[in-house]
Amino acid sequence: MTLLRTLAAALALGLLAPVLPAAAQPLRIVIDEGVIEPLPFAVPDFIAENGGAEEYARDIARVVASDLAGTGLFREIPAEAHISRVTSFDAPVAYNDWQAINAQALITGAVQASGDRIVVKFRLFDVYSGQQMGEGLQFAGTPQSWRRMAHKVADAAYSRITGEGGYFDSRVVFVAESGPKNQRQKRLGVMDYDGANVQYLTDSSSIVLAPRFSPTGDRILFTSYTSGFPAIYLMDVGSLQTRSLGEQPGTMTFAPRFSPDGNTVVFSLEQGGNSDIYTLDIASGQLSQLTNAPSIETAPSFSPDGSQIVFESDRSGNQQIYVMGAGGGEARRISNGKGRYGTPVWSPRGDMIAFTKQNEGRFHIGVMLTNGEEERLLTASFLDEGPTWAPNGRVIMFTRESAGAGGQSGLFSVDISGRNLRQITTEGAASDPAWSPLLP
Amino acid sequence: MTLLPKALLLVAALGLAACNNPDRYGAGGTGADGMNGAGSGIDTMGLGDPNDPQSIAYFNQSVGDRVLFAVDQSTLSPEGRGILAGQAQWLQTNSDYAIIIEGHADEQGTREYNLALGARRAAAVQDFLISQGVAPSRMRTISYGKERPIEVCSEEACYSRNRRAVTVLSMGAGA
Repeated sequence: MTLLRTLAAALALGLLAPVLPAAAQPLRIVIDEGVIEPLPFAVPDFIAENGGAEEYARDIARVVASDLAGTGLFREIPAEAHISRVTSFDAPVAYNDWQAINAQALITGAVQASGDRIVVKFRLFDVYSGQQMGEGLQFAGTPQSWRRMAHKVADAAYSRITGEGGYFDSRVVFVAESGPKNQRQKRLGVMDYDGANVQYLTDSSSIVLAPRFSPTGDRILFTSYTSGFPAIYLMDVGSLQTRSLGEQPGTMTFAPRFSPDGNTVVFSLEQGGNSDIYTLDIASGQLSQLTNAPSIETAPSFSPDGSQIVFESDRSGNQQIYVMGAGGGEARRISNGKGRYGTPVWSPRGDMIAFTKQNEGRFHIGVMLTNGEEERLLTASFLDEGPTWAPNGRVIMFTRESAGAGGQSGLFSVDISGRNLRQITTEGAASDPAWSPLLP
Repeated sequence: MTLLPKALLLVAALGLAACNNPDRYGAGGTGADGMNGAGSGIDTMGLGDPNDPQSIAYFNQSVGDRVLFAVDQSTLSPEGRGILAGQAQWLQTNSDYAIIIEGHADEQGTREYNLALGARRAAAVQDFLISQGVAPSRMRTISYGKERPIEVCSEEACYSRNRRAVTVLSMGAGA
């Protein structure tokens, strides 16, 4: 499995370059800073094992292909080019036929549909080594969850080939926007990572901002003007029950995020014009002040082990990124480049911090190590902001807003090498995405 | 399918609880859900005759309801102080009005930072009005960050008018 380790290292460096193998050599990945050549794969329509499964069999294969191709690391070989037809899930694979069309990975699958349940099976093959990669797997669920099962197939394939965790079976909570710039209406929405299955969680009678998932994805923190004044709220995603987290008159609370154990909220509280960082124990309501400075301290985010908090402060004269212990205390500045740095978010893998950078009239999404070294800007535009990490820590989603009177926000994703910039399809304008953990 | 009706009920309940709602931009009548009855959050108030020196219209137009700020600053300019001194004088004469000071930022900044910056601007105005003798109990501040620009172009001509603090009046300071 040196092949996998090499690929993992390549991904870690953001330098993935699968190279077409010479015939009869096993799947091989070479690290190269040059142009990425996506790995060719084939996903024939899954086999419908009974009546009523045909549509799922076709649609699931399409979602699997879309997930993998959407990473920019894989390229699908279309069905028209296939020589071999897969007629049964357990039939031997005609490796020569797949080699002939240069497919390096092959995914086969089958679907059974019966009433309120569908069963999806799949296998992944390394075509050039003529071997199955990992065990075949089976998922069962309701017909409504067919896309989730497709995402699980794609996650397994992605994970086996790259050595990274998957991220396709995940949700994104965001702010859906409508109306002109000076009368923007906002409401909370939640959707699959690829923009499908949108549900709206609030109406747009009050401004809502910056929702964040709990570590298990069952609750959402956000800022709302429901009471007339901005304050943080906690919503249960299942019941939509929402409660204010101890709003105090004369203060504004905003920028909330969960601690990794889901028991604590870290956020900003503004009083008399000054914003500092606090934590709130959700069960007891106990409030603790972590910073105490006349400057703006905001956008706090826990490290995944819960021991540290990264945040932004303008204590030096403009926005910069700092790290402090989870209980507060002395903070060390980690951002050192030109310009202003804000909205730091700790990677779920703990290895990097994503941020928004503002420099010379442009906005960038970037990543840096947690000590501030190896800063890398991934995007540039009139206005990019608010990064959120995919559950595997290898892809970032963010808000991009266009300039001018007709300016609109949309959701974009980019991988941590700065490659594969894509817009997520949403019904209307959208902002402030926050990625859920991988679903169970 | 059961989720949305629940959300609407919830929001309707919140709307009822928030009648005297300074979130006037978002308040009520959004239409999509057909909530237009009582509790929709629309506060109706006569603005009066701009020639009546005790009217809100007079305050907004002749006294001046807003002050502007430099990029990323919350310090009051000499011109801003002049406007606020006029506001303070007028507010002491017309002591029935409650006051909400809105702080705003232009779009050149991240959302959270701009909320904090808007709060700083509103607080700078509030502090100045207090120093001029306006009772703190009549005033509240609110920050809209970059959420409510009045000008929509992406040029300094618009940004400079969006970096503002606006003194918004309503009846009922005696409460």
